[in-house]
Amino acid sequence: MRLVYISLLVSAVAASSATQAQPSIMGGAREDFRRYCAGCHGNAGDGQGENADWIDPKPRDFTLATFKCRSTPSGTLPTDDDLYNTVRRGLVNSNMPSWRPLADDQLHSLVEYIKTFSPRWKTEKPGTPITVPPEIPVTADDILAGRALFQKMECWKCHGPEGRGNGPSASTLTDSKDQPIKPFNFAASSRFKCGTTNQDLYKIFLTGLDGTPMPSFADNFHGDDAWHLVHFLRTLQQAESPEKVVWEQWASTHQGQLKPIGPDGGGQ
Amino acid sequence: MTRTIAALGVALIGTTAWAPSAPRATLAGSVTGTITFTGTPPKMKPIDMAKEPSCAKQHATPIETETVVTGPNNALQYVVVYVSAGDQGSETPTTPVHLEQKGCQYIPHVVVMHAGQSLEIANNDQTSHNIHPLPTKNPEWNKSQPPGSPPIVTKYDNPDFIPVKCNVHPWMHGYHIVLATSHFGLSGNDGTYTITGLPPGKYTLTAWHEKFGTMTQDVTVGAQPTKADFQFKATPY
Repeated sequence: MRLVYISLLVSAVAASSATQAQPSIMGGAREDFRRYCAGCHGNAGDGQGENADWIDPKPRDFTLATFKCRSTPSGTLPTDDDLYNTVRRGLVNSNMPSWRPLADDQLHSLVEYIKTFSPRWKTEKPGTPITVPPEIPVTADDILAGRALFQKMECWKCHGPEGRGNGPSASTLTDSKDQPIKPFNFAASSRFKCGTTNQDLYKIFLTGLDGTPMPSFADNFHGDDAWHLVHFLRTLQQAESPEKVVWEQWASTHQGQLKPIGPDGGGQ
Repeated sequence: MTRTIAALGVALIGTTAWAPSAPRATLAGSVTGTITFTGTPPKMKPIDMAKEPSCAKQHATPIETETVVTGPNNALQYVVVYVSAGDQGSETPTTPVHLEQKGCQYIPHVVVMHAGQSLEIANNDQTSHNIHPLPTKNPEWNKSQPPGSPPIVTKYDNPDFIPVKCNVHPWMHGYHIVLATSHFGLSGNDGTYTITGLPPGKYTLTAWHEKFGTMTQDVTVGAQPTKADFQFKATPY
């Protein structure tokens, strides 16, 4: 009898190691995913993990292959690097932490594993990453141009005239799963959804945050437009920034020359 | 004799298989019909556009939501009727389909196209819109379109029933219907639709409404226009 048990055990172990030992780069990604990710994202990667009900914003549903943080145009798949960076960095204002404690090859394997949940990864290639040109110098004219864009592109309708995330449309916004979502508050944080640098912010204008109300402005921005807007947005934050220094200096000598941003405003 | 007919049949089948589109146009029949409803449809709400004065002033009286648009004699508008089975293949039209944003409204509310067909979206308002389709079988995207920008030209590769919204103006709702056939019709305010260019044969028609779901009906198309009416059950909620 004992012999039967042992042989059963041995064959069970052999069977399970046979399914796990797929000769792929994923290594222990399935185990890592179940250990670190599935609690929120679900074993099936559909964002329906057991914690999902208590989380806002909701965990990403990988079966849709729609991702906020990309270097690629709206509607296209992100690059592996984009996914790697997101997992490593985490997402501010959400429950997604930074996974820097995991080893690099674990993160890369998890990225591969995440890509198994949607068939899009088999039929489509990631989009062509947008190029971020060298940053232009910060000047008062540059920031003024950014402010004019903030008015003209109607960023304020969601993000509010002062970038506090309280524009007239803010309270009505929902994400693509009909969950309420708040526009970013530029006064409250200088860490953005997809990174902390000016380059990261630049990218967001041209890619949009897919799955959210934030659209891509790739067809609307020309020349240095996106840099102007980046520099203007940097003047809205609480923390010090080179842009704030330039802006405050300009503002001190041009008192009352700006119309407030809003329905009829924005100009000098 | 039977053998000759059989041989002819084979020859015919062979011809149609090799030259699918050219001879068919001359034989084309059509389907027409009226879409109506029974029961009580939901009341559409007037839209408050006070937050967007440039749009509000374009409407003498506030427009209503368009989820259920009815016409005289219980006619139901914006129903897409299309060949869902029996279609012997249709080519992607080379002409684009047009969608306009005007008065903070999608015109038309429902726009129908063939998979792969070009879709041109124009913004004729003095305000920024963002076009945000929420597809299930195509990639989701979201693009801003400030006043005066050129039309967005896009296409969907896979058949899909896609709700579309503008996040800036939450009342703006529409549908992009992507079909695997170019044999479709869209009901007007009098409830009528027409599908043209259908070769004689047996088909299944599907009628789709965004609120009341789908209905199907089998039809046999001959040389005369074929009639196929649909009656949806309306519920107030």
